[in-house]
Order: sequence, then C-alpha cells, then structure tokens
Amino acid sequence: MALRALVGVKRVIDYAVKIRVKPDKTGVVTDGVKHSMNPFCEIAIEEAVRLKEKKIVSEIIAVSCGPQQCQETIRTALAMGADRGIHVDVSGKDYESLGPFQVSKILAALAKKENVNLVLLGKQAIDDDCNQTGQMTAAQLDWPQGTFASEVKVEGEKLKVVREIDGGLETISIKLPAVVTADLRLNEPRYATLPNIMKAKKKKLETVKPSDLGVTLASQVQILSVEEPPQRQAGVKVQTTEDLVAKLKEVGRI
Amino acid sequence: MATWWAASARAGLRAWALPSRLRRLSDISSARNGDLQATLEPDPVLFSQEHNALQESLRKIIDKEINPFIDKWEEAGQFPAHKIFKILGQAGFLGVDKATEYGGMGLDFSYSIAVAEELGNIRAGGVPMAIGVQSNMATPALSKFGSNELKQQFLVPTIAGDLVACLGVSEAKAGSDVANIHTTAVRKGDDYVINGDKMWITNGCQADWMCLLANTSDAAPHKNKSLICMPMKLPGVHINKKIDKMGMRSSDTAQIFFEDVRVPCKYLIGEEGMGFTYQMLQFQEERMWGVAGVLKPLECLIQETIDYTRQRKIFNQPVLYNQTVHFRLAELATEIELLRSLLYRAVALYIKGNDVTKFASMGKLKAGRLAREVTDSCLQFWGGMGFTNEVLVSRLYRDMRLISIGGGADEVMLSIICKYMDTIPRKM
Repeated sequence: MALRALVGVKRVIDYAVKIRVKPDKTGVVTDGVKHSMNPFCEIAIEEAVRLKEKKIVSEIIAVSCGPQQCQETIRTALAMGADRGIHVDVSGKDYESLGPFQVSKILAALAKKENVNLVLLGKQAIDDDCNQTGQMTAAQLDWPQGTFASEVKVEGEKLKVVREIDGGLETISIKLPAVVTADLRLNEPRYATLPNIMKAKKKKLETVKPSDLGVTLASQVQILSVEEPPQRQAGVKVQTTEDLVAKLKEVGRI
Repeated sequence: MATWWAASARAGLRAWALPSRLRRLSDISSARNGDLQATLEPDPVLFSQEHNALQESLRKIIDKEINPFIDKWEEAGQFPAHKIFKILGQAGFLGVDKATEYGGMGLDFSYSIAVAEELGNIRAGGVPMAIGVQSNMATPALSKFGSNELKQQFLVPTIAGDLVACLGVSEAKAGSDVANIHTTAVRKGDDYVINGDKMWITNGCQADWMCLLANTSDAAPHKNKSLICMPMKLPGVHINKKIDKMGMRSSDTAQIFFEDVRVPCKYLIGEEGMGFTYQMLQFQEERMWGVAGVLKPLECLIQETIDYTRQRKIFNQPVLYNQTVHFRLAELATEIELLRSLLYRAVALYIKGNDVTKFASMGKLKAGRLAREVTDSCLQFWGGMGFTNEVLVSRLYRDMRLISIGGGADEVMLSIICKYMDTIPRKM
C-alpha cells in the first residue's frame, strides 16, 4: 500500500538574520527581512521525497499556512520533490496570532480531506521554537505520533520510528496513519536543482481559506510584550587556572 | 592594549561568520525606512521568482560546500575544481543558458547573471572566477558554433561538471591585444599540429580541455584565428608552472607550452578563421559576467566595514561616526547600484538579441575601477586590521585588483568605448 503524505512547511525568518524586536514590543521585525523554509521542515520534505523515491509514498502534498509569501516556501518544497502544494491563506491579525493550536486544526482537517496516511512535520520551527504542532495534530486526528524522529522505516501497516530522547535513542513502532516530526539527524536535505526549480513552477498550488476547511482561528493566547534577550556582558581574560579559581571565588560562584 | 585589540578583532571575526548579505537585510530593516525596504523586494527589472529561487539554492551550496573551506584553498593556492564543479553541475548551475539537449537549462543569459551575482557570496574571488571560466568563458563559442559531435564530447561533460575547462587566449607576448597571439595550429593530414604558449590560464593546472585560440593561417590577424577544443592530457602539452599571484590565490593559474601537439581537425569550433570573431562575441558575455561578479563582494565589504567601524572606537566614538566614513560608504554604495543598473540594462538588451559590446565594456571598465575604489577606501577605514590577512577586506583588495587587468584591461575597455564614440585618432 503506497502512502500519501502531507508535509508541513513553515515560512520563517532565515536562520542567519539577526532578529530585532519591534519598537512597540508586539513582536519581531519581519518586513523586508529574508525568510526561508524552516530547516526542520526541509528535513521533513526530504524524508518524504526519499520515501517516494523508494516507492513507499505515492504522493507528497506540501502545505504552508500564512500570507501570500508562503507560496515561495511551498515552491521550494515542490522544487525539492513534493508533488503539489496547498497554501492556507492566513493574513493580517489572524496571522499574527497564528499558533500551533490553530495550525494543528488546519493540518488535521487537511489530512482528512486529502485522505493521507502520513503527516510529516518538522519537530519545531526556529522562530517560536514551540515544538507543539506535531503533537497537537496527532491529538486532533487521534493518530499515533512519532516525534523527534532520527530514523523512519515503514514496516507493513506500521512505522518504525527511532526517536531522539534525552537519554539517547528510543525505537517505537506505531500504527499508520500517523504523525511524525523530524529531528535534525533524520537526513541531510538535498539542494533544489535548477531543473527542478523550473519544474516546480508548473506544479499545482491551490489556495484555501481556513474557513473552507471548517477551521476557526480564534486564539487563546495573548502576547503581552516581546523583549530582547539581555545583553551579554563583556568577559574577563585570566592568565592561569589559579587566577580563574580566584576570580570565581571572588564573585562567589564556587 | 594588545589584549583589547585582539578581543575587538575576534568580536569582528564572529560577526563575519554570518552571511553578510543576510545581515545587510536585517540591518537595513532596522532603519525603519520605507524607501530602503522597497529595495529589498525581488528585483523586478531583471529577476523573476525563479531567479531568486535559483540564487537561494546556490547560496546553500556556497555556504555548505565552498565557504567553510575557502581559507584552506586560499592557502593551498588551488581549490578542488573537479569536486566543486561536479556539485555545481549536478545542481544544474554550470549550463544555465546552454541548450537542454546538451544538459543545459535552456534559460536566457539573465539566469547566468543571477548565478554570477550569487557566486559573489563566496568569500574569495578565485573560486567564482574559476566557475565563470567553466560556465561562461570557455564554452559560449562551443555552444553557439560547435558541431553536435564536438558538443557531445566537450560541452556535455563540462556542463555536468565531469570535465574542467580552461580558456587559452592570452600569451606571454599578447594579452589584451588578442590579435597578436603567436600560437599556431597547422593542418597536417587530419590533425592540427599546435605550437606556442599560453599564459595566465585560469584552471590551467586542473583542466581537462582548453578552448584554444590559435593562428590557423597567415591571413590578416582578425581572419587567421580559430578556436579549437584541445584536450590537456596530450603529448606535447607542458604545464610549465603554477603562477604565484598577488590575489585570486584559491584559483590555479598556469603558463602552458605546446610542442607539436596533435589535435584532430574535427575539434575545430565552427569555421576556420572565425576564431577572433567568436572570441570577441564570447568576450561580451565574459564581461557582463565579470561585472555581475563584483556586486555582492563589494556590497558585502561595505556592510562589513559598517559593522567593524561601528564597534571600533577612536577618540571615544565609533570610527563610523566620522562623517568622512559614513558619507564615503554611502557614496560607494550608490556607485555600486549605478553599476548594477548599467549591467541589468546591458543584459536586458543582450537577451533581446542586441550587440551590447559598448555597455558591456563600460560595465567592465567601471567594475574594475569601482572595485579598486571600494576595496581601497574600506581597507583604509579598517586601519591596522585591514592590513592583516585575517579579514576579508585585505583579500578582496588583492583579488579584485585583477578586474581592471583580466578579461581586457581598463585601457582596452576605454579603447572600445572610444571606437563607439569615434574619438580614436586617425593616422595623419
């Protein structure tokens, strides 16, 4: 049985950009800032493409929730090997308050609508570092979940997932359909090649509204204030370990 | 004092670890200036979303496969061309504007320019130059005028990154005066027998084949030359030495001698006697490619200079706060944008089929001049740090000096422009 995979690809501020807090402290500056696909989502797409190359997955649907620009992120996924894209149009105030809870409702609705049996996501996004969407999606669907995956193997109707946990690695076997979230070591994403970038232009990309999926975006979360992390103070250089110990004692650390 | 100096240098080094283009974007956004932000939108003049996607993908290769090793290659005086070209070839970056039946992408020249511009993010001039020779300097004539058989043998593997190409035009006694080359290719039976020398050959120590310009008859200098695909691993090809250069150190540059090298006549590109004309056509692309290549390094340098002078204090205030510093940097940034505009105009005309020799020459002239101005001005603001080999500014000061010399010196560009202006003195 070939699987159908839904892969979430989030548009985030590029990893190399220096993040700045807005003067009114409601969030961070995003206007005119370079965005790219969340690196963990790239890993999720790569895994789906590899499963497709092994003929285990028959179709890969890349989905992104957010404003118009998310279509660029979906195009990147299509260039990497996804078959088609769904852009869930969320903008303005709704986008500002969009969090894991609402996205998980969207993903769950799409998973049912598209009749997929594997939802592949990044373990977290590098902007808010929530690490909740995968778990919540599994809960919404009442499907098993394999989070922080560093190895995924399809074994008949089941999925063997090696998970990265604090103590080392944990191997679990879960029934399909399931939700899997990708950890850093699952794979190394490929470069989108130029021929594939051009081909991606011709792949199908549909836009839907959350309401089309019967999802309401009401948020239970209110942002009070966003602050810069405290500035790191300059350090002191010491010549010897004795000096170091003396200094540490002086400031009462040992 | 010494400790403080070293510490500030290290602080600077940390900042350089970030891709500077990205920092530039974030820095400008903090200016909260609507007009400035508008410049960050994808360039609507020449580049589409596909151009941007291409650049983003190439950037990943640069950050992962090239920049982490660049210091090592600079020191070694060579980079692993076969390895890097294979990576770029597999991703489709070496034949962007070449025909699809030969493994190219069949896109217009603006895509090559997008590649050239993005390659400017490589933190040394040598590697992008070597890539440019492979993709846009040694191959345009072959791709436009070569026979199908010749293209299968040389163009296909070059686009795929399996073969490394070099271009053999300059000689010890002829450089910008291309018409004066001495190397000969004399027909003997089904072979050309090649004798002579080539000088300043980028990729020369690693190349598998050379796009060679040689005299194939005694006719007038503009009508006696031919371009020939010459395999480098033939008896009689002597790579005399790897030239020790002031800059572009990660790129190998060779002096090569030919002693009765026999090459089948079918390796001739296009028609015999058309070599000079083909080469002049080839130069248009080479020059626009060269202009595209200076934009990012110069912008990056200005940004790094801003970052450094902002944190480097002199007389109790950041160096950047001196009007002579921030005004100068603004002036230079303006000139870079002007150069970019000229380039995009030339490219837009070129892809519509126009001869852009004049604009390409003007662009090349200005690129060389401006590269000297920017690197020199920035180096001055870096003070003692700028004079060390630990910083990008000193490397680019050395590397970019070549722009005014290679691919036709500034003076040659001026002569070409003068021809278009009809101001060359006539013989009395």
